[in-house]
Amino acid sequence: MAERCAVIGVGQTHHKAKREDVSIAGLVREAAAMAVADAELGWPDIDAVVIGKAPDMFEGNMMPELYLAPALGAVGKPMIRVHTAGSVGGSTAIVAAHLVASGIHKRVLTVAYEKQSDSDAMWALSVPQPFAAPLLAGAGGYFAPHIRAYMRRSGAPDHIGRMVAVKDRQNALRNPFAHLHLPDISMEMVEESMMLWDPLRYLEACPSSDGAAAMVLAAEDAVSGRFPPAWVHGLAMRSEPTMFAGRDQVNPRAGRDCSADVYSQAGITDPRSQLDVAEVYVPFSWYEPMWLENLGFCELGEGWKLTEAGATAFEGDIPWNTSGGVLSSNPIGASGMLRFLEVAMQVRGQAGEHQVDGARLALGQAYGGGSQFFSMWVVGADRP
Amino acid sequence: MADEPGGPSTVTEDRGPVTTLATPIRLDFNFTPGVAQSRFLMGLADGKFMGQRCSVCSKVYVPSRGSCPTDGVPTIEDVELANVGTITTYCVVNVPFAGQSIEIPYICAQVLLDGANLSFMGLIQEVPTDQIRMGMRVEAVWVDREELSPSLASVRYFRPNGEADADYETFKEYL
Repeated sequence: MAERCAVIGVGQTHHKAKREDVSIAGLVREAAAMAVADAELGWPDIDAVVIGKAPDMFEGNMMPELYLAPALGAVGKPMIRVHTAGSVGGSTAIVAAHLVASGIHKRVLTVAYEKQSDSDAMWALSVPQPFAAPLLAGAGGYFAPHIRAYMRRSGAPDHIGRMVAVKDRQNALRNPFAHLHLPDISMEMVEESMMLWDPLRYLEACPSSDGAAAMVLAAEDAVSGRFPPAWVHGLAMRSEPTMFAGRDQVNPRAGRDCSADVYSQAGITDPRSQLDVAEVYVPFSWYEPMWLENLGFCELGEGWKLTEAGATAFEGDIPWNTSGGVLSSNPIGASGMLRFLEVAMQVRGQAGEHQVDGARLALGQAYGGGSQFFSMWVVGADRP
Repeated sequence: MADEPGGPSTVTEDRGPVTTLATPIRLDFNFTPGVAQSRFLMGLADGKFMGQRCSVCSKVYVPSRGSCPTDGVPTIEDVELANVGTITTYCVVNVPFAGQSIEIPYICAQVLLDGANLSFMGLIQEVPTDQIRMGMRVEAVWVDREELSPSLASVRYFRPNGEADADYETFKEYL
């Protein structure tokens, strides 16, 4: 990277099923204002805005960035829209970081959001296709068969998914911004929840949320803020076609290539021991063990053993999804950015009750579409 | 005006400001399937699955999109596939949703037709949901001859064909 780049401000909304108190503009403004204040800046200090969200058809607003420009102080400034399905929150932050790293801008505001209550996003993913049978019942119907394939391949026992569902909801209890706060969450509660897409139960799936996330990224000579900067040590995006013969949807190559790239930039050869914390896009419980393997935290087929042994728990050697993860808050477009934002909070030491002691190097990951878009970054407390 | 009978309604109680308005959106469009998908759809109208083979990697795609996603070359060799295949993986859908035409719970499976190198999603019927298995052999059940059309609606569903399950080794590359 030509210029060093750091996160100097973060902001997010209180994620909820319905934020009826604000419009979409109010939602993004809330997160952005918090990020700008956290950076100890004012709106005029921002050079450019990079915004992302999931498909426009979810809320039925085409090119919503045009109408959101005034709410984000972007009038008269460069504004870029990014779109990579569910991974968009991550790739939006990456585009913003590129604008800083390339030396084009000093301070860039990046924002991502979804207002699921303004739409029916879950079923927008299940619209009938021409000449095809309407079989797909939401994202869970797409991913459940791949989860079953993982279970068969790895020989993982049934309870692993339930463990992840409980662990991430317990983490959410530490995070005041999380949508789901389920103090009574337990293995039994998950097991007794309705089977939606066998083998996935209701409590093994993410909620539908309204929410926004925002960060201010800055060049080295523009660093400010209430907390120390989170330095970007590496960032990468990869994608692959949705369908091709030999495609491995359990362990997609785009994910493996993306992590190899970001680790190479950050000097990481053993992610489990070198990283202090990771926030990874786990919308359905079983994606934790699947992504543990895809991201190289263990050998193939061993991911579920890390989960079972508590390695990824809050007190484990490599905590995953300390914020509560996508399983606890899912404003789709913002979900990827929330992963990137949480790890920035961790290395800045501003994560409060969900702060991992001594976190200095962390991985944020987002994926989207039919597991075909990946974006990742590694941030650290130390200047790269 | 507001007080005249038949005029705009008279609001006597204050129910607060309108904050939300539900506006259903509808979009009608013409779908142009293109040469490759037309071939597949016309095959369905004849009661058969038509795919295409890549001249470089020899993989058979059904439905074919007219080019090989791996090699980037046009696929020109047509291949008629079998009416039978293997369930590689599946889920049991138990979620009601708008526009759903199938009674829940139902089995949604990845079906790998014999001779194909890519599975596609199909509805499985005539088997209890707790008896479905990875590797189960299935056959397509078509609508009556006179009802065949260039649509996947021509295939009512897949059902077990009674053959022994396929060995995991034979389909694990397709998971």
